[in-house]
Amino acid sequence: MTTTTDPHQASFRLSMLLYDSRYRSMTIQIIALIGFLTLLGWLFSNTANNLADLGKEPSFRFLSEPAGYDINQRLLEYTNRDTHMRAALMGLLNTLLVAALGCVTATILGVIIGVLRLSPNWIVSRLSAVYVEAFRNVPVLLWIVFTMAILIETLPAPKAFRGETPEATMKLFDSVAFTNRGTYIPEPLFSNTLGNLHFFGESSLRFDVSLDLILLAVLFFGGIFASIKIKRRADRIQEQTGDRPTTWYWSLGVIFVPTLIVMVALGFHLGYPELKGFNFKGGIYMRNSLIALWLALSLYTAAFIAEIVRAGILAISKGQTEAAGALGLRPNRTMNLVVLPQALRVIIPPLISNYLNLTKNSSLAIAVGYMDITGTLGGITMNQTGRELETVLLLMLVYLAISLTISAVMNWYNESVKLKER
Amino acid sequence: MKKTVFLGALTVAGLAAGASAAATLDDVKARGKLNCGVATGVPGFAAPDANGRWEGFDVAVCRAVAAAVLGDSDAVEFVPTTGKTRFTALASGEVDMLARNTTWTLSRDVDLKFTFVGVNYYDGQGFLVNKDLGVSSAKELDGATVCIQTGTTTELNLADFFRTNNMSYEPVPIETQAEALQQFNAGACDSYTTDASGLAAARSTFEDPSSAIIMPEIISKEPLGPLVRHGDNEWGDVVRWTLNALVTAEEFGVTSTNVAELSAAAGDNPEINRLLGTEGSLGEMLGLDADWARRAIASVGNYGEVFATNIGEDTPIGLARGLNAQWRDGGLIYSPPFR
Repeated sequence: MTTTTDPHQASFRLSMLLYDSRYRSMTIQIIALIGFLTLLGWLFSNTANNLADLGKEPSFRFLSEPAGYDINQRLLEYTNRDTHMRAALMGLLNTLLVAALGCVTATILGVIIGVLRLSPNWIVSRLSAVYVEAFRNVPVLLWIVFTMAILIETLPAPKAFRGETPEATMKLFDSVAFTNRGTYIPEPLFSNTLGNLHFFGESSLRFDVSLDLILLAVLFFGGIFASIKIKRRADRIQEQTGDRPTTWYWSLGVIFVPTLIVMVALGFHLGYPELKGFNFKGGIYMRNSLIALWLALSLYTAAFIAEIVRAGILAISKGQTEAAGALGLRPNRTMNLVVLPQALRVIIPPLISNYLNLTKNSSLAIAVGYMDITGTLGGITMNQTGRELETVLLLMLVYLAISLTISAVMNWYNESVKLKER
Repeated sequence: MKKTVFLGALTVAGLAAGASAAATLDDVKARGKLNCGVATGVPGFAAPDANGRWEGFDVAVCRAVAAAVLGDSDAVEFVPTTGKTRFTALASGEVDMLARNTTWTLSRDVDLKFTFVGVNYYDGQGFLVNKDLGVSSAKELDGATVCIQTGTTTELNLADFFRTNNMSYEPVPIETQAEALQQFNAGACDSYTTDASGLAAARSTFEDPSSAIIMPEIISKEPLGPLVRHGDNEWGDVVRWTLNALVTAEEFGVTSTNVAELSAAAGDNPEINRLLGTEGSLGEMLGLDADWARRAIASVGNYGEVFATNIGEDTPIGLARGLNAQWRDGGLIYSPPFR
């Protein structure tokens, strides 16, 4: 006769996987994982099989074939003999352009409207509330189409500028032409240009960078850097002696004088748009599709940003404002020095997601015929090559990359304004 | 090992292909409805009328196929597709066939894996221009702004035309014809380009159709026809021969009014007899019954009737038969024999 009640004996039975609470959760998780992987595997093999049935094995070779179509707004040089890859690149740049313009405009508008909504003036705060409710409660696609329709229907066609007594004239000393195809503004030109830097030879990713612009940018940002140095020096002197030297003419000087001298040396002048043939020639041509998309996205997103800004400001306790007032700060400076810096901590994280939304919403561009990457790679290229799976995968990757980049940059900024705990 | 996997995959693929081939006809019969992809609205070719009933030259092909397969020309679910969405809709199986003024090209046939079953309209790309622009030839359009439906062959033809003539232009890509016409009428584009038939259809909707002119240049060949997916030849045959039945009916004078009389009993003309199923077993070979062609012709009329009622010279579209006349009248419309 033996006693078999040794509690430490590790006798593992299979049923313990289900009935022993030590193992049960593990079992369930493993089963769930297997199920999930099977589902994924089935999806992949099913897709692969169906494509093989159709005789369309996934391939990215189409990217190096000639695109054959033209793109109206191209930030780099492109012809219809270039590859689908380069067409996609043009689209990507257009997406980035409208996203960047949109984010900047939406932020400026949003902050102004968010602050105005808190204004003690009844009319101003009501108007801001109406703006916010009107824009955020209507789908952005409708705003885009609506803006485009307004531009097309209200502005004059180029032919209205023709003749002895034209129905329409150019505005701002004959330098800007608003037409229902787009707006033409003067372009900066250099008569003694330094030429361009060419990158990537003849490949699909080739691009030129103007040396004139690089030089001017270097001088300009160098000037800003120098003016910061001057300000630091003034701060130091003020701390030591109590007197602050007057520096504004120095600061302005280091920023603008070298830039202006170089601009004159390069023969800077403006190229004005002129009516020639069917359209205006010369100047920078901002197509209505760009303007409509940019305006609609900015106005729509600004409504959300206004609410975020308002929430951020309201999150700062009233005691802070009162304390600032007690110290003798005027309301303007209270907002700039006390409330906004603290509110930024609350504002930045939701602001990031609004930037991401704006960027992703820009894929509605085709509604007004703006050739963003969804229009080129995901539109014409997909349609002409029939590579739905590949192009959509590429598109998803591109948007993912853009979004992650924006997130990374904004999170880095968030780190820098976050409350530093010591 | 790799080889085994590959062979295994091939077997599975083969089995799957075997299962999916010939399935469309059965699917349509089981569903009791034909899913047919059409344009979103091109007057005369495919557009809903005042009562919401789809009418038009392309729609008639869908109705004829539905009548032949299901015995009811109204058993059609019309799926409006844009130039961009049409191929995805067909490839994914959302529609059984596409009758949407689609140009037959090599790459669409071979690379996109579709089967064009025939040509129901021989077309070519033209330019629509406002009269007061004072332009009389497409070669004078250097620097013009041109509205174009995106995702179509016209986009590529346009690029080629301007490049070969050393001219520049500004393309304005548009999703649908309605948007293109909005821009054209507002003067936001100087010219609208698409198939000449589409231009005639578009112009017929203008307040003053004579305010716009179609340039004399036809810059491309655009054979338009219905298409189905690769790999299901039985279904492709059904659609192809339904279209051919309409053409043959016109050739031999079978119309929607006399078809009942002609199919009551075998007549003197063996080709008509075979077409209408009073002789031979052509319908059975297609997997349909003997009456299939009679039903198709009775529901929409023969090719000539379809042309005349939808886009012919007595309609607002006002297109002449031209290339689309029967081969005996000097046109290109020609059906292989029914035997």
